[in-house]
Amino acid sequence: MSLIACKNASFGYEGNAVIGNLDFEINPGDYLCIVGENGSGKSTLIKGLLGLKTAVGGNVFISKEFCLNQTGYLPQQTAAQKDFPASVYEAVISGRLGQRGFLPFYSRKDKYAAQENMRSLNIWDLRNKCYAELSGGQQRRTLLARALCAAGKLLLLDEPASGLDPTATREMYGLIKTLNAGGMSIIMVSHDINAALKCASHILHLQKCGAAQNLNCQNTQAFFGKTQDYIKSSVAADFTGGKIYD
Amino acid sequence: MIDTLSEMFSYAFIVRAFIVGLLISLCSSLLGVSLVLKRYSMIGDGLSHVGFGALAVAAALSAAPLSVAVPAVVVAAFVLLRISENTKIKGDAAIALISTSSLAIGVAVVSLTTGMNTDVCNYMFGSILAMSKSDVNLSAALAVCVLILFVVFYNKIFAVTFDETFARATGVKTGIYNMLIAFLTAITIALGMRMMGALLISSLIIFPALTAMRVFKKFKSVTICAAIISVICFFAGIVCSYLYATPAGASVVIINIAAFLLFSAAGFARRRFRSKTFFKRGQI
Repeated sequence: MSLIACKNASFGYEGNAVIGNLDFEINPGDYLCIVGENGSGKSTLIKGLLGLKTAVGGNVFISKEFCLNQTGYLPQQTAAQKDFPASVYEAVISGRLGQRGFLPFYSRKDKYAAQENMRSLNIWDLRNKCYAELSGGQQRRTLLARALCAAGKLLLLDEPASGLDPTATREMYGLIKTLNAGGMSIIMVSHDINAALKCASHILHLQKCGAAQNLNCQNTQAFFGKTQDYIKSSVAADFTGGKIYD
Repeated sequence: MIDTLSEMFSYAFIVRAFIVGLLISLCSSLLGVSLVLKRYSMIGDGLSHVGFGALAVAAALSAAPLSVAVPAVVVAAFVLLRISENTKIKGDAAIALISTSSLAIGVAVVSLTTGMNTDVCNYMFGSILAMSKSDVNLSAALAVCVLILFVVFYNKIFAVTFDETFARATGVKTGIYNMLIAFLTAITIALGMRMMGALLISSLIIFPALTAMRVFKKFKSVTICAAIISVICFFAGIVCSYLYATPAGASVVIINIAAFLLFSAAGFARRRFRSKTFFKRGQI
């Protein structure tokens, strides 16, 4: 039973498909990495999977046991509001809100979950610090902890390592790998093809469609399948210039 | 000092104005934290101009002022929210559009009916005498509702303010909470503008939040501090207004400016002190 399955699905803006004819599925425990050049619609696809956009065409099946309120989402690095007064703890526990429905306050269980996630990501000591004053890596970890608070079975990560230095990047990918080993399914968008090939179990490669101004794109899915098969494919050879580092 | 206070509160109209003003400044400072951080500071200003237009129309129809102003401002708040979300007109332009239109309509209606008199002056700059007994009851009831709703939905309001996309992605109904914020703001402004004046009411929303943010760095402490600052400034402003016979609204704003400068200095000093100690530790 797959968590999410796309059958011939298209996503885009104002009825106009930017990514078209997607066919892929995610099973529990999978680690799917979405790769592709800039503007190929990776972030649009993430928004579609999150339900922030409805599919323009085709079908997206989401399994019943897992509904929207159980997806953790790590947004792309935005220019964090520089003067936003929020402590790390306040930011992390806000991940639990989706599961609260209309209930107003956090329960003891919510607080415990927030604490567990902060401890596992080593930011418990920072809990009273102001989010805006943290370093880039600490901010990413805070947002990952928030995503974990919201996640039941699936994490969607949009460029988890963007803006991080090499050490922090390695740590970040290590963390995600650990989470995946613990049974969490992962969908990640990444520019870092080498890291993607090293970590992910499946690859979805999107390509830009040739149509003028990206109007009504079709067949933008260049590859979907296991990582081993991707490495051998011609798509990968074109994308990486034939060089895949270990 | 105590003599002045007891003399001041022997006037029934001052007590009435005081109760309502205290509740309004509490509500506006709480909502202000969220509005300032969402970059919606000017919404307060726009809505108060709509309120002015509504009051002018109410006076022309000789209807009860608040029963016209509250619904008009609430509708305007929803329209503003919709416009800035959906269409091609950007939020700030939409606010300017709506506020100047209703100001123009208000001025035209006033000059066609009663003419420019002290009533109009009171709408613009506020008057402590403007509150009738029924106004006070209505204002107090609505202000208490705003307070309760804010406390109940505090966590949601934080989530929607901090990261709306994430909140929506995890299943929080952000549309409802955005509307809630707009609705509460509209009511607060419609209630407060009679005392503070259409031109000054938005300062009650903006100042306490900005002042608190100079020193505090957590959402909860900023919210609590803004509420305390707002209440203290209102109290001091009313006392000043009584002592020096200045308009209530203007006096409260001036005290708020003083508080802002004070907190800015404190925040600056704190940052300096911190970076110095950090530097020393680095040297050792």
